Amino acid sequence: MKEKLEALRQEALDQLQGVEDVQKLNDLRVKYLGKKGALTEILRGMGALSAEERPVIGQVGNEVRGAIEALIESKQDAFQKAETEQRLQAEKVDVTLPGRKMAQGGVHPLNKVIEEIEEIFIGMGYHIAEGPEVETDYYNFEALNLPKNHPARDMQDTFYITEELLMRTQTSPVQIRTMEKMEGEVPVKIICPGKVYRRDDDDATHSFQFNQIEGLVIGENIRMSDLKGTLLQFVQEMFGPNTQIRLRPSFFPFTEPSAEVDVTCVKCGGNGCRMCKQTGWLEILGCGMVHPKVLEMGGYDPEKYSGFAFGMGVERIAILKYGIDDIRHFYSSDLAFLKQFARM
Amino acid sequence: MKVSTEWLADYVSLENVAAEDLAEKITRAGIEIDEIENRNKGVTKVVVGYVKSKEKHPDADKLNICIVDAGQEEELQIVCGAKNVDAGQKVPVALVGAKLPGGLEIKKAKLRGALSQGMICSAKELGMNDKLLPKEQQEGILVLPESVQIGTPISQVLGLDDEVLEFDLTPNRSDCLSMIGAAYEVGAILGRDVKLPDIEKELVEVSDAAGDHISVKISSPEHCSHYAARYITGVKIGSSPLWMQNRLMAAGVRPINNIVDITNYVMLEYGQPLHAFDADQLTNGAIDVRLAKEGETMVTLDNQERKLEPHMLLITDGVKPVALAGVMGGLNSEVTDNTVNILLESAKFDGGTVRKTSRQLGLRSEASLRFEKEVDPGAVIPALNRAAALISRYAAGTVHKGIVESEPVSVEEKVIVLSFDKLNRFLGTELSMLEVKTIFSRLHFSCADTAQGILEVRVPTRRGDITSDVDLIEEIARLYGYDNIPTTAIEGPTTPGAYTKPQALRRDVRKLFTHGGWQEVISYSFTHPDLTALFPALTEGSHAVKLAMPMSEERSVLRTSVIPQLLDVAAYNANRKQHDLAMFEMGNVFYSQEEQLTAQPKEISVLTLLLCGSRGQKQWNQTPEKVDFFDLKGALETLFEYLGLQNSVSYVANKPQGYHPGRSASVYLTNDGGEQLLIGTLGQVHPQLQQDRGLSDMYTAEILLQPLYDYASKDIRYRELPRFPASERDIAVVVEDSVEAGAMLSVIREAAGELLQSVQVFDVFTGSKLGEGKKSVAIALVYRHNERTLTDEEVSSAHAAVVSQLEQTFHAELRK
Repeated sequence: MKEKLEALRQEALDQLQGVEDVQKLNDLRVKYLGKKGALTEILRGMGALSAEERPVIGQVGNEVRGAIEALIESKQDAFQKAETEQRLQAEKVDVTLPGRKMAQGGVHPLNKVIEEIEEIFIGMGYHIAEGPEVETDYYNFEALNLPKNHPARDMQDTFYITEELLMRTQTSPVQIRTMEKMEGEVPVKIICPGKVYRRDDDDATHSFQFNQIEGLVIGENIRMSDLKGTLLQFVQEMFGPNTQIRLRPSFFPFTEPSAEVDVTCVKCGGNGCRMCKQTGWLEILGCGMVHPKVLEMGGYDPEKYSGFAFGMGVERIAILKYGIDDIRHFYSSDLAFLKQFARM
Repeated sequence: MKVSTEWLADYVSLENVAAEDLAEKITRAGIEIDEIENRNKGVTKVVVGYVKSKEKHPDADKLNICIVDAGQEEELQIVCGAKNVDAGQKVPVALVGAKLPGGLEIKKAKLRGALSQGMICSAKELGMNDKLLPKEQQEGILVLPESVQIGTPISQVLGLDDEVLEFDLTPNRSDCLSMIGAAYEVGAILGRDVKLPDIEKELVEVSDAAGDHISVKISSPEHCSHYAARYITGVKIGSSPLWMQNRLMAAGVRPINNIVDITNYVMLEYGQPLHAFDADQLTNGAIDVRLAKEGETMVTLDNQERKLEPHMLLITDGVKPVALAGVMGGLNSEVTDNTVNILLESAKFDGGTVRKTSRQLGLRSEASLRFEKEVDPGAVIPALNRAAALISRYAAGTVHKGIVESEPVSVEEKVIVLSFDKLNRFLGTELSMLEVKTIFSRLHFSCADTAQGILEVRVPTRRGDITSDVDLIEEIARLYGYDNIPTTAIEGPTTPGAYTKPQALRRDVRKLFTHGGWQEVISYSFTHPDLTALFPALTEGSHAVKLAMPMSEERSVLRTSVIPQLLDVAAYNANRKQHDLAMFEMGNVFYSQEEQLTAQPKEISVLTLLLCGSRGQKQWNQTPEKVDFFDLKGALETLFEYLGLQNSVSYVANKPQGYHPGRSASVYLTNDGGEQLLIGTLGQVHPQLQQDRGLSDMYTAEILLQPLYDYASKDIRYRELPRFPASERDIAVVVEDSVEAGAMLSVIREAAGELLQSVQVFDVFTGSKLGEGKKSVAIALVYRHNERTLTDEEVSSAHAAVVSQLEQTFHAELRK
């Protein structure tokens, strides 16, 4: 009987080995393991065996069943896998076709620059101060040491509304308003971003409406060397750690001493290129020590306090940063232009 | 100011300093050099020649054959076509091998068969700016004075070996509107001495006193602090010497005649404008400086009749106006070819007065430019004397004894006290006293220590810009070099920086919209007056603010709404085939309650949205759908939800102006006190307004930002998650078309009571089956109790109340 069982095992395994579809596999399962199958048929003869032989044959019978079942199962797994594989193959998509995107708009490039600058200065302990775009002559000029008929008023052509009201030509009036609000408290550490207006015919480099960011620091012992240190830190965060600054003496009525600030050309890194007219430097800032008259008008005793101020044009920085060729793009609201900045 | 280095070297040595290096040094010390102009535009091998003879070309009417002695081994035969060439002239001759500006090279040539061994040149051919040439030199060949030596290189004769530095002066540095001022600046930078003209040696007076011929009175002393005059007789009007003409041209001034040239030359030299009157045209030679009278007129040098106003300062001869002080002379007393006797004026007029007059009359000149910026009171007399000396030398004038002035003015130097300690503290430097004193001496500021660490600095009158110790500190800093100032960090406690709540919210709102697919724009604040009344004012006071002198009608008032600007943006983009827009702007609009502004107008921050075209891209797996009112409203709902205001906002279909009457609403915010505030409008733009702009289906909204900043709440309160199942019921009713969904929802909320957790309209439709003027509204309701599972009876009873209320309130018919 044992031989019979062994022969059955051999035959069944041989048969199963060659099976290639589920149907055939099921047929063979029935054939060998079914209620009327070959294995059951053989084991029916167990009753004729001796008590000693019976468990031995029983064990062999179980082994044969186990072996056949194991093979069937593994075959089944293999078939299933193959089938799944086939189905997944059929479900494949063309991954090169475009997907449905999340909606994504963009911040205006000028506001992108403003936010970036604000974040740098907030990190340096500054607050953001804002003020009206329609200003009085007093805040826009007089309190900034530009009395009526001062020749330096030539430098800026102003949109007047009445004799006393005008579109601010700079965000510096916010400095005076802040000083008044602080009522002599120190330290003052603010930057003032905002729109300003000057009578300029629009062309590639001029716009009658533009944005400025000015900064003001007042304290008990603020030095010109602190101004240099502050600006250096700012430009290195804004334009990269290798950026250097160079100060050139200049004139603003509200600061003394005054300086224009050049930074290492953002394009060539200072080697000289077309953008920097081969000088390696780009002029981006004006600055200086707050004029004692301005401190006084803002309610600070110039013998006790000193301060520095600086200002920059947002458009100019955006133009340099992104390599833009025409300032008018900022205000044309052309989607083709704006979309280029709709990213990090 | 154009500064000729050839001229500058009269006062300060420029030995071993190349023009480029000098320009860089001047720039780094505070005066930007815009440009270095080489006066020689490429002229070589051009020399002075003498035309010995001129004969007509046998075969050409317009050509002459000249024999020229140009100091060469042999005389040259040159064919010349200029009308004015003549024997006996000295002229510029380009020799064979010469080069001229523009790359022209002179070769031996045959012109109509005649040999030509060079070219006789015009001033233009030598690269000179014809706008600056004296009239007689603008056409034909350049005829040189007899005194020039044959064979001399022309560059030497015409002063072409000169580099001109263009000083771009800041308004405070008007001291450098003069060659002497520039020389002091350069002297200070290079650490070299400055040498001034020796006027005393130059000036020779005759014994006849000027005061016997002329007199000076100042009737308006607040506008003229000093008026000095000299009387010069027997002048011969002619050309000024060539060197002077060259220098004037280098400075951008056109030579005219010896008297005018000398006054201009001395103005450029000292920065003090001068004026020469024909003394014989002045009644009695009696100068009176006074303000103009109402209705008075005068004819100025340019032959224009000028209406004068009482703020204008005049020079009169006691009878009639003869000059607009500091601005322009009068035609009646002009120096002409027939002038013999002159009154030479040197004065200090008030800058503001000159400025106002020159502005008003549109007359700006080199003279007014200098007066406006306040001339050096210390230069009035030296400039007068210098000009008198030059006139006596180059115009054969006899200078009469003495200066005539209303009363002599003593000019005092300002003394400023500077604390040595403050200087270093202010700059963050560690300069020594010796370094500081050295810099002052380079500037020709004399200084003395009066006490320990205290300097008394005397500031020369030419430096009117220096009035306080910080001005002196700047002088030290710029000459010490800004680069040499150290770089330090601010001392003292650090301060935390932060945005204020509105600033932070503005950035949050900007992010919300950009991340939701909206593009931010910035438009102009100025607009056309017609565009200010299109959309409703969101605030009291409805006057638009007008600019006094706009650049165009298009941009003449301040915007009262950003919507018209965004409609322009839409039109602009539509022209560029960009039809699908979701754009927003956060900016100010301007309103005044007054028609005539006396105070600052209101500046109101608004958020303005514009939506048009399709949502979604045309793509293989999606079809673009037209945007509608509810895309726009949904964006606002998202905003209000983000700000925690969704339960405080309501929408009322009250037909705001400028909008489609059936597809628009006003937005109200109910504040904590129960007040309803109008905070904005939204809807489709009125079809007429769209059509006017060639647009269609524009959806726009404008929302006040301040109330959002005021009432937005950052408080988030956690609610326990539901543990018991919800029970969902749908209901569909037919109502009159005019019934608003919002009203139905409030009735439902009220009727259902606390068990109602949410309610949602999920379908609305109309159709002939429902009957005329009817619509079907399908609503999904979710009931839930937080502490237990609801029984069917509880839900049914609540639901029955809802149905019955809908029936009662809206005559709703339940659809089965």
